[in-house]
Amino acid sequence: MIRFTAIRLIEIAATLLVMSFVIYALIGLMPGDPIDLMRQADPRMSAADVVRLKTVYGLDQPLFARYLGWVRQALSGDLGYSRLFAAPVWSVLLPRLGNSLVLMGSSFVLALGLALGLGTAAARRPNSRLDAAINLFSFAGVSMPTFWLALILILVFAAGLGWLPASGIATAGTSGLGDRLSHLVLPVATLTLASIGGYTRYVRAAMQEALAQDHVRTARAKGASETRIILHHAMRGAMIPVTTILALSFGGLVSGALVTETMFAYPGMGKLIFDAVMGNDYNLALAALLLATIATMLANLAADLAYGWLDPRVSYR
Amino acid sequence: MRGPLLLLLAIAALSFAGPPLGAALDIDLNAVDLLDRLAGPSPPHPLGTDELGRDVLVRLLAGGRVSLTIGIAAALAAAALGTLVGLVAGYLGGWTDRVLMRLTDAIIALPLLPLLIVLAALDLNKLGVPPALARSDDISLLRIVVLAVLVGWTTAARLVRGATLVTRNRDFVRAAQSLGAGVPHILLTHILPNVLAPLIVATTLNVADVILLESVLSFLGLGIQPPLASWGTMLSNAQELITSAPSLAIYPGAMIFLTVIACNLCGDALQQRFDHRAAARV
Repeated sequence: MIRFTAIRLIEIAATLLVMSFVIYALIGLMPGDPIDLMRQADPRMSAADVVRLKTVYGLDQPLFARYLGWVRQALSGDLGYSRLFAAPVWSVLLPRLGNSLVLMGSSFVLALGLALGLGTAAARRPNSRLDAAINLFSFAGVSMPTFWLALILILVFAAGLGWLPASGIATAGTSGLGDRLSHLVLPVATLTLASIGGYTRYVRAAMQEALAQDHVRTARAKGASETRIILHHAMRGAMIPVTTILALSFGGLVSGALVTETMFAYPGMGKLIFDAVMGNDYNLALAALLLATIATMLANLAADLAYGWLDPRVSYR
Repeated sequence: MRGPLLLLLAIAALSFAGPPLGAALDIDLNAVDLLDRLAGPSPPHPLGTDELGRDVLVRLLAGGRVSLTIGIAAALAAAALGTLVGLVAGYLGGWTDRVLMRLTDAIIALPLLPLLIVLAALDLNKLGVPPALARSDDISLLRIVVLAVLVGWTTAARLVRGATLVTRNRDFVRAAQSLGAGVPHILLTHILPNVLAPLIVATTLNVADVILLESVLSFLGLGIQPPLASWGTMLSNAQELITSAPSLAIYPGAMIFLTVIACNLCGDALQQRFDHRAAARV
């Protein structure tokens, strides 16, 4: 298992190296370049200034040389300076990452908890009316465009009823916990409703299979209570396929929820990556995209390792 | 099965018949009427008008045509690419298989939306696309199809590879080989039919995903460019008027929702039907 983990970590490192170069090259293919932007902002800049600035920023060197320079710097822990926010990349990234973790984390826990309940309820009585209702609800969740759901929630609860704030992270000038929480309600509700359908379908399928196993029938024959059968005998087996899905969505915790963040003007990672990419902020975009990639790949590794813990039959070659 | 399928067919029929019908009735979908902005429903404009006085109903139907075309075209292209990759990987095996499957795994494990944003924002001139094509109206359409194919082919590739691995050593394939059949012939007539059912299911579900992707990218301003209308762009335009004219946002969103849920339910129903047959055969 140590060997397996080590090989996977090496693979992850190799993938990251390739990814970082691809992203680096792709960002160079975006419209405009930073010097052009500066030139537009300051008409007094002369052609000599442009040449001088290109040398200062190293833009006169070939792509690969610039990339190597970036890697050397990044490996020493210096991710550079964000032009868009006029601050070091780390100090821009960290608060946004915290915001995203709060937003994504709470909706993740909520959606998972509800999906476990709904999926189990549906799996216990397949083809019942309850099952059909839960199935339709799941499909509705999967098929709902996130921004439309957000719009409707804003229309009803912010614009219509006026119960909740529609945007931002806190009311300017206040610093209460209640205020922060009230700003979280609508974005968290949007994300939860959007992700619950997919989770529920996986839980239902996994639970249905687990409940059909022989050891569950044995437990039932021995007179175990329904709660004990579900929680003790079926849940563990059912969690195996669910773990993969969870791990895949865990990576999303770091890349943020661009659409929801945009709709609610919530300063998270998704919006940050979008703004950095659109604003030609190379250093910031690279760091944020790579961070999201690392998180996704580590989450996948964690899922593979969790397999072995949940299911002793799994062997790591 | 019947309900969702009928809904889907109705939406498709209206979307494709709507714009010509509107043209026949002399309603131009891009006709601006600044004196009649944000009007409520009335006989000439059954769903009212938008922020530029354009007819909402006709634009809704025209937008449906764009969204559905992208969804179907991209899903079919992704299925074709995935099938090709899956057949090659499964039949040749060895190194080809390992490299191709690593690539599929890598794509599945990436944070896709942020990367798609980078790809959607690329400057086509810097990529060497001919300027005439890069500036044409249809380029935003083509670009979304390409992006959707890039992320969508992996499911089909895995399905087809799996089926190819299973069937490759079956007797009827061996027999065809010993009779001197070429590789393309074996792949197309002996192996592909065995994977058609799950492939159809995956493609149906992919149509739904592509329509959602199109709407997200258009919503972010990276998708369909004006004057072309899609459901995503209509929603994006309506966003600023959300309090004064909420219906402008509700209609296109509802169309996306209905289309996507109909596709998903159809795919699910197909899957169950195919599963039953597979179970009956065993």
